[in-house]
Amino acid sequence: MAIHEKSLIRPEDIKSQENLVIDGIDVSGHWSTFISARNITDYNEKMQDEIAALPGGENIHRCWQCGSCTNACTVNALEPRFNPRYWIYLIRMGLESELLRDKDIIWQCVSCNKCTNICPRDVVPEGIMKATAKWLELKGHTEVNPSTHFDEAFMEQISATGRIEEGKTMRMLFKRTGRSLFQDWLIEMVKRIAVKMPMHYVFGMGIEQIIPPRVSGWRKQLGPALDEYVHESEKKQRQALGLDQLISMAQAEVRPAHHKAAE
Amino acid sequence: MAEIINTMKRVAYYHGCALDGTGHGYNRSTRALAGVLGLELEDVKNWNCCGAMETKNIDNEVQTYLSSRVLSIAANEMGHTKVMAPCNGCYHNLKKAEYDLGHKEKSREVVERISRKAGHEPYKAGQIETIHAVDWIMESIGEEGIRERTKGKLKGLKVANYYGCMYTRPRHIFPGRDAGPGTESNFRPHFMDDILDAAGANSVDFAMKSACCGGAHTLCDSDTSTKLCINILQAAEASGADVVATECPTCHAGLEMHQIRAEKVYGIKTKVKMIYFTQLLGIAMGLSHRKVGLQENVSDASSVLKAKGI
Repeated sequence: MAIHEKSLIRPEDIKSQENLVIDGIDVSGHWSTFISARNITDYNEKMQDEIAALPGGENIHRCWQCGSCTNACTVNALEPRFNPRYWIYLIRMGLESELLRDKDIIWQCVSCNKCTNICPRDVVPEGIMKATAKWLELKGHTEVNPSTHFDEAFMEQISATGRIEEGKTMRMLFKRTGRSLFQDWLIEMVKRIAVKMPMHYVFGMGIEQIIPPRVSGWRKQLGPALDEYVHESEKKQRQALGLDQLISMAQAEVRPAHHKAAE
Repeated sequence: MAEIINTMKRVAYYHGCALDGTGHGYNRSTRALAGVLGLELEDVKNWNCCGAMETKNIDNEVQTYLSSRVLSIAANEMGHTKVMAPCNGCYHNLKKAEYDLGHKEKSREVVERISRKAGHEPYKAGQIETIHAVDWIMESIGEEGIRERTKGKLKGLKVANYYGCMYTRPRHIFPGRDAGPGTESNFRPHFMDDILDAAGANSVDFAMKSACCGGAHTLCDSDTSTKLCINILQAAEASGADVVATECPTCHAGLEMHQIRAEKVYGIKTKVKMIYFTQLLGIAMGLSHRKVGLQENVSDASSVLKAKGI
């Protein structure tokens, strides 16, 4: 094959003919594969700054594209389309439409930190994957992914009690993602836990469903102190992405139409 | 300010949320092990969640604050200079908070601000050292001590030691690693191998020591996790191991759960059993299977051990 790294080219961009004659020269077979030219019509110049404003994305500007992250990546070994180096490139170049082609798998980063460990430039690619997935959600390109639902279920519990209770986390996740808890492998797992666990643990965990474990003084002082910071941080993130502005612009467009209809 | 305690024989114990739930076998065996080794564990008072792997996605400093509060209580209220966290997630987060507070102005500012508002002393980098359960055993008892006390009790047992991600990565939050003989390595972790070998076990050459089990997405993206766990379990079997020794409740529960899921969903069956390294060491020290909670594990290794006369 004359094209190196053919796997990186999208199949629809590869043009191949069985018999091809150009200017009277027969180029059938080996030399008849071409890559169609890419026409880039639009750059999103804000994309890098917006992702840098989300948690984990801060160091994206440091990347020099060595590819160590993709090389080390756990998920890449299972799904070759999962390519952190490439996505960081697209974000830095502002190639939004290219990035959107992979929008449904970016959240699948398992946070194993192999990329962050190996990165020679302290880019924290793991954080960038999280920031990018969040950016895609906030901009409305994707639904809220299961991982974000999980993060929020955690945060909600911590903010309320200061601790995590596994059974509740699991129920919250399945409820938020609309999945059934009655999957045969899960039932099997719970059955085995129920049989194995000593009675006082089963009893204790049952009680915890009703009265969750709680840090004393959390509700009064610690929780609110943390919440205040979280709200502030979320507000900053929304501002960086111009979300409130977008919403008010959309409302301004809708409102005159309503007024007209009323008249 | 409490009296300062600076000894490996008496450390602050931060077991975290997971060890109260699915990781209860780890909690029970760690406490039992402390008793039989003559070490004292003092629970961190009124502890909170370390922030797990999820809160950093809401905001990095939320996780730093949550971990710093635990460190602050252990250091300022209890006077400890060592806090032991057996869960890899907690251990990682406490180490990460320590690093961030030592290196990032923003982390210091936010922790100072939330701590003052929450009404407790803000934690300052360098007040306390976070250690893992394997460090705790290695530094308080040591290989020689284990050899004397166990008299090769685990002889004939082949163990694949599984360390996981959070114990080894990213390397900058674990200063002191890879610093010559006697130190732990991030690239080839060996403390658990050393401990169990000293107790007579035969640690097999296991290539997936610090591979990822997909623990962060064990429920959100179960297919990915199952594939990753199957790789680990099959590699352990291929290396001839009877059991996989673990040191993290998330890895342990993940491997147990996805062993079942792989069988139910993909029809891939593996026989290897999971066991916490503290359970193995406890048994080597003469504790009964029941005392270390072996039967309570979903993947019950007691029959494997009995067949070897352990």
